[in-house]
Amino acid sequence: MLYSDEIMQHFENPHNVGGFPENLSDVGTAMVETPISGDVLKLQIKVSKQGLIEEAKFKAHGGVPIIALGSWLTQWLNGKHLAEAEDIHNTQIAEALALPPVKVHCAVLAEQAVKAAIADYVSKQTDGASAEENLCF
Amino acid sequence: MKHPIYLDYAATTPVDPRVAEAIYRHLTQDGIFGNPASQSHVFGRSAAQAVDKARAQVAALINAAPAEIVWTSGATEANNLAIKGVAGYYRKKGRHLVTSKIEHKAVLDPCRQLVQAGYDVTYLDPKPNGLLDVAELEGALRQDTVLVSIMHVNNEIGVIQDIASISQLTRRRGIPLHVDAAQSLGKVAIDVQSLDVDLMSFSAHKLYGPKGCGALYVRRKPQARLLAQIHGGEQERGMRAGTLPTHQIVGMGEACQWAGQEMAADNERIRRLRDRLWSGLQDISEVYLNGNLSQSVAGLLNVSFDFIEGEALLAALKDLAVSSGSACTSANPEPSHVLKAIGRNDRLARSAIRFSLGRFTTVEEIDYAIVQVHRAVNRLRELSPFWEKQQMIRNAHGIA
Repeated sequence: MLYSDEIMQHFENPHNVGGFPENLSDVGTAMVETPISGDVLKLQIKVSKQGLIEEAKFKAHGGVPIIALGSWLTQWLNGKHLAEAEDIHNTQIAEALALPPVKVHCAVLAEQAVKAAIADYVSKQTDGASAEENLCF
Repeated sequence: MKHPIYLDYAATTPVDPRVAEAIYRHLTQDGIFGNPASQSHVFGRSAAQAVDKARAQVAALINAAPAEIVWTSGATEANNLAIKGVAGYYRKKGRHLVTSKIEHKAVLDPCRQLVQAGYDVTYLDPKPNGLLDVAELEGALRQDTVLVSIMHVNNEIGVIQDIASISQLTRRRGIPLHVDAAQSLGKVAIDVQSLDVDLMSFSAHKLYGPKGCGALYVRRKPQARLLAQIHGGEQERGMRAGTLPTHQIVGMGEACQWAGQEMAADNERIRRLRDRLWSGLQDISEVYLNGNLSQSVAGLLNVSFDFIEGEALLAALKDLAVSSGSACTSANPEPSHVLKAIGRNDRLARSAIRFSLGRFTTVEEIDYAIVQVHRAVNRLRELSPFWEKQQMIRNAHGIA
C-alpha cells in the first residue's frame, strides 16, 4: 500500500515514542484497539494544573498508519488545551495525513484514544470542580 | 550490491541474461517471428522448430516425453486447465476433489468455482511442520473422487510434500493426481518416471524465464484425460488453443535447460546463504520459523517476529524486497491462509516475513539483510506496547 509522504515521514522518524508512569495524577492514559486490523494505540498525556497538555507520548502496534498517527497525534496534542484536544475529529486526522479510505479506522482509533486519555486524566482529579474548569473555556 | 536488495525470488525471478538473449532472437523481423502453426513457409516452420526444441528442454528437466508438455500462459492457467479440465471430463463419474488448505490461490479458486458448480471439495489440514499426512489423504478419498491436487513445494513456507507416496496411493486407487509444481521446477529434482503423477503445472518466471509462460505436463502412459478450457484452434493437440508465443516458449525452454545444468550447484550455494540468514537472525528473541528446514527448498525462509505487525516490518525493511503473505495476496490485509493452516495464531501469522533467495543472491546481501532486520525489529519493538509489557513480565520473573 502506498502512503502519503506525511505518513511515511512520521513512520520513519516517529516523535514522542514512550510513556509516563500510569499512576501519576497528572497523567491520562488510554489503550485502544481495533479488532479488525489488530491495530493498538497507547496514548498518554501529561496535563498541567491549567489544563494544558504539556507532553504527549505514544506506543503503537500495527501497520504503518497507526504508528504514523501516534507520532502526528502526540505532536498535535502538545500544548493544546484539554477542551481543544477533546474536539478532535477523526476526519481532520485522516485529512491531515491523507489517510487512504481503507485505513480510516486508524483515525477513528486515534480520536477514541484522545477522548479516553482525557477522560482518564479527568477521573483522576480529586477536585471535580477544578477539572471541569479545565475543560471549559 | 543493488539497492533495494532483492530477496523475493519466490514471487518472481529476473530473466537470466542468457535466456533474455534467446528470447530476443525470436521477436523481430531479423529473428524467428513466424507463427509456429504456419506450416507452409520457412517463417512458421523455423518458429515451430524453436518451439519443438523448447518442448524437449522442458520435458528433459522432468524426464518426460516432449509430447507430454502443453504450453500455457503460466502455472495459474495450467492449474485451471488441470483442475477444471479433469473435473469436467469425469463429471459423470463423480463430483469430489481432494486438495489441501495450503495450496496457492491458483488451485483454491478453481476448486471454489467447482463448488459453485455443485462439486464437493475436501481440504486437508497440514501438520504444524507444513507436511500433509498421507494416511489422512487416503482416508479422504471416496468412490466419487475424480481428482487429487497437491502442491509440490509451498510458495510461502517452502515445504516439500511427499508426492512420491501420494502418487503411489492415487495410482493404486485409480484417481488422477495433479501437482502444482510452480515452486519446485528447477529447484527440486522432478522425474515423472518415478513420481507417478498425471498432471503437473509449471511456471517459467519462477526459474529465471519470462512471465506469461508456463506448461502443463499431461501424462501419456496412462493417458491423463481432460477437457480443454480455451477453445479456438487446434494448437497443443486440442488441449489449449491460441497462437504459441515462440519467444516466451523459447525463454521457458532455455530457462529449463540452464536449471537442469545448474540446479545442484545453485541449490548448494543458496542453501548455505539461507542457513546463514537464519542463523544470523537467531539472536533476535521471539522469532519463529514457519515450516521446517529439513523438508524444504533451499532458498526459502519464512519467519514470524512476534510483537510486530507484518506491514510495518515490511515498510521498516524498505531496503529489502521481501514479502509478508504471498505475492498474489499482498493487497489483502488478511493473515496468510497457509500460516493459519499450520497453526499460527493471528498475531504470528501477521508478523511473518518470507525471504526467498535465488541465483543472483550474494553473501554481502545476506549480511546486509541481517543487519537491516535487526534494526527494523528493534525499532518496531521499541514502539510496541505489547513488547513493553512482555519485557516488564520478563524482568519481573528475572529473565534476562
